[in-house]
Amino acid sequence: MSEKERVQDLEKTARSLRRSVIEMLEAAKSGHPGGSLSAVDILSVLYFHEMRIDPLNPAWPDRDRFVLSKGHAAPALYAALAHRGFFPKDELLTLRQMGSRLQGHPDMAGVPGVDMSTGSLGQGLSVAVGMALAGKMDGKTYRVHALLGDGEINEGMIWEAAMAAAHYKVDNLVAILDNNGLQIDGPNAAVMNMEPLSDKWRAFGWHVELVDGHDMKALLDVLRKLRQTQGKPGLIIARTVKGKGVSFMENKAEWHGVAPNKEQAGKALRELSGSRDTHDTHDTHDTHETRETHETHDTHDTHDTHDTHDTHDTHETLREGGFPL
Amino acid sequence: MTQTLFAESGQRMPRIGEKIAVREIYGRTLAELGRDNMDVVALDADLSASTKSAIFAKAFPERFFNAGVAEQNMIGMAAGLASCGKIPFASTFAVFATGRAFEQIRNSVAYPRLNVKIVASHAGIGVGEDGASHQAIEDMALMRALPHMSVLVPADAVEANQMVHAAAAWAGPVYMRMGRTPVPTIFDDGYTFVIGRAKSVYRPLEGAPQVTLIGVGSMVAECLQAARKLRECGVEASVLNCSSVKPLDNEAIVAAARESGAVVTAEEHSVVGGLGSAVAEVLSQYCPVPMAFVGLKDCFGQSGKPAELMEYYALTAEDIFQAASKLVAGRRTP
Repeated sequence: MSEKERVQDLEKTARSLRRSVIEMLEAAKSGHPGGSLSAVDILSVLYFHEMRIDPLNPAWPDRDRFVLSKGHAAPALYAALAHRGFFPKDELLTLRQMGSRLQGHPDMAGVPGVDMSTGSLGQGLSVAVGMALAGKMDGKTYRVHALLGDGEINEGMIWEAAMAAAHYKVDNLVAILDNNGLQIDGPNAAVMNMEPLSDKWRAFGWHVELVDGHDMKALLDVLRKLRQTQGKPGLIIARTVKGKGVSFMENKAEWHGVAPNKEQAGKALRELSGSRDTHDTHDTHDTHETRETHETHDTHDTHDTHDTHDTHDTHETLREGGFPL
Repeated sequence: MTQTLFAESGQRMPRIGEKIAVREIYGRTLAELGRDNMDVVALDADLSASTKSAIFAKAFPERFFNAGVAEQNMIGMAAGLASCGKIPFASTFAVFATGRAFEQIRNSVAYPRLNVKIVASHAGIGVGEDGASHQAIEDMALMRALPHMSVLVPADAVEANQMVHAAAAWAGPVYMRMGRTPVPTIFDDGYTFVIGRAKSVYRPLEGAPQVTLIGVGSMVAECLQAARKLRECGVEASVLNCSSVKPLDNEAIVAAARESGAVVTAEEHSVVGGLGSAVAEVLSQYCPVPMAFVGLKDCFGQSGKPAELMEYYALTAEDIFQAASKLVAGRRTP
C-alpha cells in the first residue's frame, strides 16, 4: 500500500469513527462530542497503523500501550477499539447505559483493549511513564502512547510526570496533546494560559514536534520520526479543531459535554456521510496495513522469538489475515 | 524462613521486648522480597531514608524509582508499573501518601484494582516534633473508605515482616500503615499474620473476659499492658490485635464481643473513621455491646516528644485501662 493509499484509508476510517461517535452520543443522550471528535484522527492513526496490538489477544504483554489521559474522549476510544475488532460494534450504542461495560469514562477492568482506567484529568501521563519504565526494565520493545487534553495540562500532576519522564529518559513514551484550544469554560488562553507550550515541554526535557492533528500524513510522519528519538520522551503538539468534522460543533466550547439530539445527530451524520458507500464497502474489507504488517523482516524475527507460542499463533493469524472490521 | 533470610544478611529479627521501628523491618523485608521476586519494584517520594525503602534502593537500584517530591506522580507511575505486571511498593509519609495522592489512589489504583502496595510511614502522632502537618490521623479512614483497598497495620517487627510478604502475595491494592517511633516486639516465631484475620493475643487465665480490648499498631502493646493492670485489679480482659483493619475479621470481633459484652478500641488515629468505627460498624449490626473509643478525639496533634503527646492525647495503657474499667463498672451498676 502506498503512503497516499494509506492516508486515504485512514481518512475513511476516521469518518467511520466520527459517525460512530455521533451515534453513540445520541443514543447515550450525554457525553463529550467536542473533545472526542478532535481526537479521532489521532486515534485512527494510532489504532489503525502505528500501534502493535492484537484484538484477539488484548492482554498481549508485548503490545504497544495507549492511555487516554483525557478520559472524556471515551466515545472516540471505544469507536476505535470496536472498529479495530476488540469488541462488537453493536455494543457501542450501550455507551453510558446501566450494565454496559462502556462506562462514561474508560474502565480497564471491563473493556478489552483499554489499557488504563482514566477520567480524572491529569493522571494518565504518570501511568504511561510507569508503563514505559516497566517496558525498559524488561527489555521489551513496546511503545507507550498517552493522549492529553490541552485543558488537562493545567493539572500540576502532568508536570510531575513530565519531569519524571525526562529524568528517566523514557524514549519509548509518546505523549500527544490534543490541542484544540478550548476547555469547558472557554478558550485555553482565557481560562488558564499555558503558552508557550513548546518551550514549556522542551524546558522539561522533552523532544517536541508540532503537527496538524487532522493531517494523517503529518501524523504518520511524526510518529515515525519519534520512533527514532533516543534518550528523551516525545511530545506531539497536535493542533486540532474541537468538534472536528461536524460544522455546527467545530470550535464551540459549548459542545464540550453536551450530546446531540436526534435532529442534530442526523445533521451531523449527513455531513459525515460524504463517502458513505465507500466506507461501507471498506467496513467489510481487511485492507488495513498496520505498522506491524510492514515492519522489516528482522524486527519480526526478534519480535516473534519474544512471544510465547500461543501469543505467536494469534499474532501470526492477525498478520496474515488482517483484523476483523 | 524469613528469620533465616535476615540472619543471612547479618541481621536478625528482634526478640520479645526489644524495641524497633517497624519501618526498619519494612525496608529489610522489601529488600528480601526483591531478591526472591524480580517483579518487585519500589518507589519513594524523596523520603526513602525515613521510610527505609532506601534499603531496597541500595540493593536493587535498577528497580527503584524516586519520584522526587511528587507523590501524585509516584502513585501514577506505580499504577502503570502494576498494569505491566510489576509489584510496586510505593512509600512516603502517611499524610502525603493518603492525603496528597488520595484521588490518584482512588482513580488510578483502587478503581482499576491495580496491584499497588502503598506502604506509608510516620502515621499517627508518634511523628512527634514535626507537628500536626506531618501527623497522619485520618489515613486509615481515607483508605478504608475505598472499595478494593486493604488496610493493614503491623503491631511489631515480627508482624511487619510477615505483613510485607502477605501484601506482596495479595492480588490487589494494599495500604500498610507504619509509625515512626520504635515499638516493643511482642510476638515470637510462632506468630502468623493472615490478611483478614484478627489475632487473640491475650486471654483470661480462666473463664470469660469481662472486656475485650481491640487495638492496632502501636496500641496493641498498650492494650497488653492495660490488660495486665486490669488483671491486677481483678478484671479479666482479652486482647485482639486487629492488624487487618480491612478486610476486617468480623467473626472474631463478634465472637469476642459476645464473650465479654464490652469492647474498647485503641488506635493512634482519629476516632472518626478508623479502627473504632470499623469495629462499631460490625458490632452495631451483629452484636451491639457498650463500647469505648481510645484515639484522637477529632483533633489534630501538635509538636512534642512522642511520649508526651501520647499522654496528652490519652493514648496510653493507662487510658485504655481507665476506659475498660469504666465500661466494666457501668455494666455492674446499670
